[in-house]
Amino acid sequence: MNQVTLVRLCVIAGSVLAVEALCRFGVINRLTLLPPSEMAAYLVHLLVSGEINQAIVQTFSNVAIAFVLSVVFGFVLGAVIHAMPRLRRACDPFLASYYSVPIFVFYPLFVSLFGLNRWPLIMIGFLFAITAMVIATLNGLDRVPPVLVKFARVHRMSRSAEILRVVLPAAGPYLFTGVKLALAYSFIGVLAGEFILSGGGLGYAIAYAYDAFDNRTMYALMLFVLIVVTAINSALFIWEQRLLRRRGKV
Amino acid sequence: MSVIPETSGSAYVGGHDSAPATQRQSLQRLLDSFLLIVVLVVIWQLVYWKSEVAITGPIETVKTAIELLGSETFWRHALASGRAFGLSLLMSSIGGVAVGLALGAHRFSGAVAAPILTALYTIPKVTLYPLVLLIFGLGISAKVAFGVMHGIIPVVIFTMDAVRNINPVLIKTARVLKLSPSETAYRILIPAVMPEIVTGLRVGFSLTLLGVIIGEMFASQQGLGFMIINGMNVHNVRSLTAVVLLLVFFAVVSGSVLLALERRLQR
Repeated sequence: MNQVTLVRLCVIAGSVLAVEALCRFGVINRLTLLPPSEMAAYLVHLLVSGEINQAIVQTFSNVAIAFVLSVVFGFVLGAVIHAMPRLRRACDPFLASYYSVPIFVFYPLFVSLFGLNRWPLIMIGFLFAITAMVIATLNGLDRVPPVLVKFARVHRMSRSAEILRVVLPAAGPYLFTGVKLALAYSFIGVLAGEFILSGGGLGYAIAYAYDAFDNRTMYALMLFVLIVVTAINSALFIWEQRLLRRRGKV
Repeated sequence: MSVIPETSGSAYVGGHDSAPATQRQSLQRLLDSFLLIVVLVVIWQLVYWKSEVAITGPIETVKTAIELLGSETFWRHALASGRAFGLSLLMSSIGGVAVGLALGAHRFSGAVAAPILTALYTIPKVTLYPLVLLIFGLGISAKVAFGVMHGIIPVVIFTMDAVRNINPVLIKTARVLKLSPSETAYRILIPAVMPEIVTGLRVGFSLTLLGVIIGEMFASQQGLGFMIINGMNVHNVRSLTAVVLLLVFFAVVSGSVLLALERRLQR
């Protein structure tokens, strides 16, 4: 383990301990925040008792569907927009300001389009995530060095071989970024939708616990979401670093 | 090592060609944008025909929006949102640039902080809303806090990366020319990192707006976010759709202005 990682772990552990101490010594009111150790203990209790299993399955399956759809369609849409410069220029301002629109205000619309089932939530996650993938695809395709494409032409590679062996590997790191962001945004979209509007899933469970002044459940669930999202992100980060190292870029 | 590939996905940089447009080209661009808007409006109309209960059609919505723009209630809410947004934007810009400069200048802290920042950037901050409410209470401070939570991190990340990736030749040149530290900062460092910072500020702008609007949806009796959630709760589809349209309009116009500014700086 190198020094940077060590210091980083110390910083994280130190902040958690500081919060713990502030809570234990009563500087932070128990009504505001529970000590992290209690959150963790109660989370273990919730997980063992199986009370939140259904919510977990529901949220994660929605996130998974939204994520896969957004990566596939985002990539295709990005490639199409990239191939048409005029369309692209017209799309610029919309892509640039997309993330200031709170997508979940369209939840009622999706309910009326898709019915009262899981699809409205999936659509929110999907629409939140797809733009990140489109943007990453555009960035990636922009950065494919022209010399590589020329090289493929010189070797008379077929169009499909050119895409598979030259364009995709060259754009790879940026596409990976898109995949990571699409995952994060799928989570954000689905959880936000559940939190504000729906009647099930982890986001709803947090909102419900908040309304019922059930701080223990609320903080345990918040901790759970943070741990899961951070763990997935770290795993992807490590994988990405490994890929980059193999390409000799780090 | 840069964290740009991890985070800049939501930072749209736009196409490459920044050569000054001829008159004919800019006319064509205008036409293209117009066509795109027409297509979007047609889709909107189709969706409207499919589900008339949940959305109003384009023409009716524009009429309602114009009505809203003339009403005092709307401006009261818009002003409340504007104030919260202005404050949050100020805090996330200044705070973000300051923290980013510090982390960028001190390489070790930057390396320690980078993955933590990325993690903070990707966690679903909506779920932290109860915590913000318990700390700040209902009202403008919670809204501002939520806006800053959303907006500050991209500004930090972009600023930090910009400083870390400065061309070392520039700094050596400054040393060779014996510039004082303040001169170095003013004449070399700031111009070098400006384009990236503006990109960060643009992303920060979008996300701060999103944060403030979400904040108003839960914790406020005022602001456009409240108008939206209220429209959803009492099923006032007309006002809901019109407020969303105005919001999108504001976001797209300010997004385009910032994008144009960014391209000018990158030239």
